[in-house]
Amino acid sequence: MANLFENLSDRIQGSLKKLTQRGKLTEKDVNAALREVKLALLEADVNYKVVKDFIGKIKERAIGIEILDSLNAGQQVVKIVNEELAELMGGKSEALKLEGMPAVLMLCGLQGAGKTTMAAKLAKKISEQGHAPLLVACDVYRPAAIQQLKVVGGQVDVPVFSIDGSQDPVKIANESIDFARKNGRDVVILDTAGRLQIDETLMTELQDIVASVVPKEILLVVDAMTGQEAVNVAKTFEDRLHLTGVVLTKLDGDARGGAALSIRAATGKPIKYVGLGEKVDDLEVFHPDRMASRILGMGDVLSLIEKAQGAYDEKQAQALEAKIRKQQFDLNDFLDQLQQLKKMGSVQDLIGMIPGMNKKQLQGAEVNEKDLVYTEAIILSMTQKERINPSIIDGKRRKRIARGSGTTVQQVNQLLKQYKEMKKMMKQMTNMQKQFKRRGKMKLPFPGR
Amino acid sequence: MEKKNGFFNKLFGGLEKTRQQLTDRISALVSGHSELDEEFYEELEEILILSDMSFETVEALIEEVKKRARKMGTKESRVAETLLREILIDWLTDPPKESELKSKLHILLVVGVNGAGKTTTCGKIAALEKNNGLQVMLAAADTFRAAAVEQLMIWGERAEVPVISQGQGADPAAVVFDAIQAAKSRDVDLLICDTAGRLHNKKNLMLELEKIHRVLKREAADASIEVLLVLDATTGQNAVHQAKTFHAITPLDGIILTKLDGSSKGGVIVPIVKDLQIPIQFIGVGEGIDDLQEFNAEKFVDALFPQTVDKA
Repeated sequence: MANLFENLSDRIQGSLKKLTQRGKLTEKDVNAALREVKLALLEADVNYKVVKDFIGKIKERAIGIEILDSLNAGQQVVKIVNEELAELMGGKSEALKLEGMPAVLMLCGLQGAGKTTMAAKLAKKISEQGHAPLLVACDVYRPAAIQQLKVVGGQVDVPVFSIDGSQDPVKIANESIDFARKNGRDVVILDTAGRLQIDETLMTELQDIVASVVPKEILLVVDAMTGQEAVNVAKTFEDRLHLTGVVLTKLDGDARGGAALSIRAATGKPIKYVGLGEKVDDLEVFHPDRMASRILGMGDVLSLIEKAQGAYDEKQAQALEAKIRKQQFDLNDFLDQLQQLKKMGSVQDLIGMIPGMNKKQLQGAEVNEKDLVYTEAIILSMTQKERINPSIIDGKRRKRIARGSGTTVQQVNQLLKQYKEMKKMMKQMTNMQKQFKRRGKMKLPFPGR
Repeated sequence: MEKKNGFFNKLFGGLEKTRQQLTDRISALVSGHSELDEEFYEELEEILILSDMSFETVEALIEEVKKRARKMGTKESRVAETLLREILIDWLTDPPKESELKSKLHILLVVGVNGAGKTTTCGKIAALEKNNGLQVMLAAADTFRAAAVEQLMIWGERAEVPVISQGQGADPAAVVFDAIQAAKSRDVDLLICDTAGRLHNKKNLMLELEKIHRVLKREAADASIEVLLVLDATTGQNAVHQAKTFHAITPLDGIILTKLDGSSKGGVIVPIVKDLQIPIQFIGVGEGIDDLQEFNAEKFVDALFPQTVDKA
């Protein structure tokens, strides 16, 4: 099942493949293609009603498309689906409104959605923007929730306000405002307890907090893995609290995140941020177009490229390029490359973002991250002289390097062989480049913008 | 027995909206559509999909309804609800359990993705089994999430059960190792190991879990070990991937479905139980210490589709 919709565009094209007649797409043709879209969306957990509306829209646009050939018709349907979906997901990502002294931002949501972690991530992001945030522990119910906020607050270097022993979140929120004013904190982030949207008492409590401290931002935190119920959850929170936006968490998982679409349709509110991991830096601005591709199972190439670019220093890239051109690439550069690669995050995570890469294909091609660690250790155990001129590394030196890096001579040999092959490849590439010079410069390995 | 009543109130209470939605819609469909025809099935399909059962499962379910209706030789739509109930109960009924507990020490390894409710569930199981007269011990092997150890400690206090921990950042396998030694020397009947939440697509974290499991099997070779996956009932189709992946790394003996006091249907367990043959052992119906109950297929389906005219 997991890979059934790995490539929706193939499936749509497949369903239209039988078209031989030229002319216009009929309702019957379109229905066949749209069944694939419907299934893909349902598998991605988009709410059934939302799917139905959406399919209706596409149908209107798709009927009557000129068929030049079946593939072309398929591509056009894919394009319509993508456009409509991106449109439904909302336009440009919206920034947080942080006005007021202090500006109040409240996080709410179901249990286990990831509110506390998100509070810390937002606090970090907001402090990086030059603000002085204050985290406020309003979850007085879950055991150790306050302690958790204190720990993550410490990790991002943002103070945490709490009242020991208090069972009154409204009072805590209120007093935190005074505390913030007195201590020069201009943004207050309220972490509230997880609650079910059908829990009358706790929903009223949230309304009381809102009435009391009037947050500029009320963000619903939603787990990206949420199913059909996302609509009802979001709708109730919206009706009771008038949300200003949504934050989607756990998008580093492999859920397609159709809930995003359901929530958007149910509330009309923008998704502002997405959580992409357990570390406090794993926060990104929401990109509607990328989410659309993800929901359709077409991968997230843009995020991948951005990740690569973010980690790779352009100056370094240029320096490296020059070296490769002059064929001066030595083991120091090799080490540099490795370290850059590590900055980009887990190799597995990166591969996961490539469209069409499913788990089946990954088997056998798995990247062992431990190998990278060994490689790094081996190079670090070499002298500068050896790194610049690896040809001087004889048997005796190899033994020493293996000992120093806790590896075996075989592993050292293997690395040297890899380096040699890499150099050979680079030589070929540079030669090729010379031949195709007219086509413009080819950049290695990660082009700047 | 009092507890059981409380359980049903909670389960029915929580599922009330769901139940209303599902049965009302099915009833409306049946009254407006007396014949079992394609149009009827198409609408039924829509209703069932809202329960988070996968599309495939809904299709299989409808196929089965068709088959059984044919066998009965009926075309009347009013049999649909009874048939649905029957089929779901068939599918959800536990596959027979192989062995009874032979060994003295029983170990539960509680696994799942982040925020599913593992720590809370560990606390609830500890309290339940302690009340059943067992010597229970908790192991705080979630050494990653901030304050997870403290959270389990509080549950330990509430259940009056000792908690073995080494604090945040410790090697979870080492915590489990310690806990096994402690459990053996203190003559414990049931050791419950809480683990850190991990998304099933994180290779390294899954390898870590595999290691914890390996240490358990090695260090407690004569104990009976069960791996339980905690699933959030609000989760959509991803729950199936979760179950499959965890099952591949640490073969699962059971599932605990949490947050069933919400409005979610938990329908996603149907494909899991049906296709992977992993039984649901417990369901979580609230944040209280006794909001944990044994799963019963018939009652679960009852809560989803309350019996109507047929039996009443």
